[in-house]
Amino acid sequence: MTEEIIIAGFGGQGVLSMGKILAYSGIMQDQEVAWMPSYGPEMRGGTANVTVILSDNRISSPVLQEFDTVIILNQQSMDKFEKAVKPGGVLIYDPNGIVRHPKRKDITIYKVEAAEEATRMQSAKTFNMIVLGAYLKVRPIVKMENVIKGLEKSLPERHHHLIPLNKQAIDRGMEIVKEA
Amino acid sequence: MAEYKLMKGNEVIAEAAIRCGCDAYFGYPITPQSEILETLTLRQPWLETGMVVLQAESEVAAINMVYGGAACGKKVMTSSSSPGISLKQEGITYLAGAELPCLVVNVVRGGPGLGTIQPAQSDYFQSVKGGGHGDYKLIVLAPASVQEMNDFVDLGFELAFKYRNPALILSDGVIGQMMEKVKLSPVKPRWTNEEVIKLNGSWATTGKTADRPRNVATSLELDSARQEQFNHKLQAKYKEIQEKEVRFEKIACDDAEYLFVAYGSSSRICQKAIDLAREKGIKVGLLRPITLFPYPTKAIQEMAEKVKGILAVEMSAGQMVEDVRLAVNGKVKVEHFGRFGGMIPSPNEVVKALEDLIIKG
Amino acid sequence: MSDIKDIIKDENLVYKKTKVLTDNVMHYCPGCSHGVVHKLVAEVIEEMGIQEKTIGISPVGCSVLAYNYLDIDWQEAAHGRAPALATAVNRLHPEKYVFTYQGDGDLASIGTAEIMHACNRGENIVVIFINNAIYGMTGGQMAPTTLEGMKTATSPYGRDIKLNGHPLIITELIAQLPGTSYVTRQAVHTPAAVRKCKKAIRKAFENIGQKKGTSFVEVVSTCNSGWKLSPVKSNEWMVENMFPVYKPGDLKDE
Ligand SMILES: Cc1ncc(C[n+]2csc(CCOP(=O)(O)OP(=O)(O)O)c2C)c(N)n1
Repeated sequence: MTEEIIIAGFGGQGVLSMGKILAYSGIMQDQEVAWMPSYGPEMRGGTANVTVILSDNRISSPVLQEFDTVIILNQQSMDKFEKAVKPGGVLIYDPNGIVRHPKRKDITIYKVEAAEEATRMQSAKTFNMIVLGAYLKVRPIVKMENVIKGLEKSLPERHHHLIPLNKQAIDRGMEIVKEA
Repeated sequence: MAEYKLMKGNEVIAEAAIRCGCDAYFGYPITPQSEILETLTLRQPWLETGMVVLQAESEVAAINMVYGGAACGKKVMTSSSSPGISLKQEGITYLAGAELPCLVVNVVRGGPGLGTIQPAQSDYFQSVKGGGHGDYKLIVLAPASVQEMNDFVDLGFELAFKYRNPALILSDGVIGQMMEKVKLSPVKPRWTNEEVIKLNGSWATTGKTADRPRNVATSLELDSARQEQFNHKLQAKYKEIQEKEVRFEKIACDDAEYLFVAYGSSSRICQKAIDLAREKGIKVGLLRPITLFPYPTKAIQEMAEKVKGILAVEMSAGQMVEDVRLAVNGKVKVEHFGRFGGMIPSPNEVVKALEDLIIKG
Repeated sequence: MSDIKDIIKDENLVYKKTKVLTDNVMHYCPGCSHGVVHKLVAEVIEEMGIQEKTIGISPVGCSVLAYNYLDIDWQEAAHGRAPALATAVNRLHPEKYVFTYQGDGDLASIGTAEIMHACNRGENIVVIFINNAIYGMTGGQMAPTTLEGMKTATSPYGRDIKLNGHPLIITELIAQLPGTSYVTRQAVHTPAAVRKCKKAIRKAFENIGQKKGTSFVEVVSTCNSGWKLSPVKSNEWMVENMFPVYKPGDLKDE
C-alpha cells in the first residue's frame, strides 16, 4: 500500500501538524513515511502545504505532481491542486471560503464543514483534527489507536491533556464528512 | 519500532552531531538550514556532553572557529546554505591546506548570488572541483534521505579524521526540510583530552610536551620545492580516497536498458520516475553516487557497457553530468535534465526527458 | 449627494502618499517598523527633490526588497556588505545622495567590519540602521542586539550573556569614530516619534549635501512576528525593554 496525500491551506490552519500526526500514525503501524512542507519567509496568512506519503515500501520521491488524496482548505489551493488528484482519486475540501467549487467528474469529492464545526466546538484549534477525521473516514489507512499514538508522539507533553478533545474532533470529522 | 523518530533532516544533523561525540558546532542562521543551530540551542548539549555550540557573527568567523577547533584535534563542524558556504571557501581551503579534519554541511538553495531559499543542487562544482583556491579536494557525501543525514555525520567525521581532510555533507532544501522516519545512532561519548592526544597528538595543538616537537597548524610553505612535495602528498591522499572510499547505490539496474545518474533528492525523484517508466515498459535503472568525491567513475563506466543511454538528473543547469560524460567517455549517449533556481523536477517530467532526450533523441 | 469627483479635488486633500513610494504591496508583516521608515525616507527624498540623485543600497534581511518600494535606483548588497558598496558609489558619484538601509544582523553582526570602516573613513553617506533586536527574515534568530534574557529561535531559553556575550550597542561605538558627524537614535512607535525620526533622516540627508561625512540614524524598531507579540504590545515592550539599553536621542551632532 502507498498513499500519497497533499494537504493545502493557509498558514495557521494546522496543515503541517495534521500532516505530522498522520505521518506519526504511519510509523506507529510500521510503515515508511515522508512529510515534505512548503517553506519560505514567514509571511502572515500565506499559503502552506504539506505532502505526506505512507507506504509499506521504501518511499521514492517526496516531491510529487499528482496525489491519491488532495485535502483543500482555501481557494488558492483549490485553484492549484484540484488538477493534482489522480484519476479515480479523492478530493476532500472545506467549502468555507470556497467560491469556485471542484468540477472534476473522474474523482470522488467530499465536503467537510470543518471551520463551522470548530466554531461550534468553540475551539479553532480543533479545525485540523476535524479535517483529519474526515480524511480517515474516507481513507481508513491508519488505525485509530495509531492515530492516538501519533498524537501523543507529535504533541509536546504539556499539551497531552488536549488529546481527548482532539479525539472528539476527529470523531466529529468522521460524522460530518459527506460526498459532495 | 519505538526507536524510530519522525524528524526533519536538519534536526537530525543536530541530533547526530551530539550523539557522535562532536566537540563543537559553529554556525550562522540562513534558510533552509537554520533548524540545525536552532535544534542545538534548544537541546543545550553543553549541559549534557560539554559540546560547544556558538552562533558566530558570520560564516567567515564560523569556519575559522572550525579551523581553530579542528587544529586542537577535536571533532568540530559547521553548517550553512549556499551563500554562506561561499563565504566559507577561504577557510575551507586553509583547512585542506593545513590537513585538518572537520565536517561542513551545505543545505543547498538556488543561486547564483542571493538567489532563492528553495532547494537546488547547483553547488556541485563548488563542492567537488574545489570552491576555494589551490589543488585540494573535500570528501563529499550526498545524503538522499533523513536517515542518511543521521548516518553521514558520523561517517563524515570518520573519513575526515582517517584522511585528515575536511568532509562535506552536500544536502539540499528538500532533504533538510523533509521529515522521515529515522533511527538515530547510538550515543558515543566525546573524546577525552587524553584520547585526543593519543589519536591526534602527532599533529594537533594540544600543548607542546617535552617528548615531541612542536605542532603547528599551517598551510604556508614558502619553499616551492617543498610546497610541490606537499602537493604530491595531498594528491597521493586523494588517490587513496578515490581507490578506497567510493560509495554508490544501484537501483533496478539488472535488466536496465537506460540509466539515470542522480544524487541526493534528485535520486529520490528518479526512483519514482523508474516506477512510472517501467509501467510504460521502459526498462530504466538508477545509479546513485553517495560519495561525489570520490566519484563512482568505474561503476558508471561499467553501466555504460550495458545500457543504451544515460540521463543525468540534477537540480542544476548541468554540473555533475560532466563527470558522467568523463566516465562514459563517448561510449553511449549522455544527456542532462534539470530544473533549477529552486524548481524541483517532477517524476513525470523526468520520464518525459528520458523519452525525448535519450530514447527518441 | 456630492459626486466623488468633487470630493477628491486638490483643495480637499489632507494626506497624500509620496510619489517616491511605489504602489507595490509591501511584504512586511502588519505592524512592522520597516514600512514606516521606508515612508519617511521616501518623503525626505521627495521633499528635498533628490529622487534623481539618490542611490539606495539595500541589505540582506527583511528589507532586502526595499528596492521594490522606493522609486529610486538601488543596489542590492551581499549580507553585511552594503557600506562597502556605498563607499564605491560615494567615491565614483560624489554628487549623489547615497544611503544604506540595514538591519541589526546585517550591520552589527556579519557586516561589523564594513560599517566600522566606512564610518571611520567618513564616507559621505547616510546609514539607516533598523534595530529590532532579532533576525526577522530568517525566522527570529538571535541578533547581536538581542537583549539579555530575550527569547529567540537560537536563544530559546533567553539570551545568556555567558554563552552569547552582551547586546552590542554599536551606535555608541560608531559615534566615537571621527568620520561620523551626526549619530542619532530614533523610534517610530508614536506620531511624535515618527515626526522626530523624519527630522533626523532629513538632517542626515542634508549633511550629504554639506559634505559632512557619515550620518548614522538608528531606528529602534519592533518585529512583532519575531517577538511573538501583537503590534501594540510590541511597541510597549520596546519602550519598556529596548529604550533603557538603546536610549533614544542624539549621540553626536557636529
Ligand atoms: C551570507 C549570508 N548569510 C546568511 C544569510 C541569511 N540571512 C538572511 S537575512 C539574515 C538576517 C537578517 O536580520 P537583520 O539584519 O536583523 O534584518 P531583519 O530581517 O530583522 O530586518 C540572515 C542571517 C544570507 N542571506 N547570506
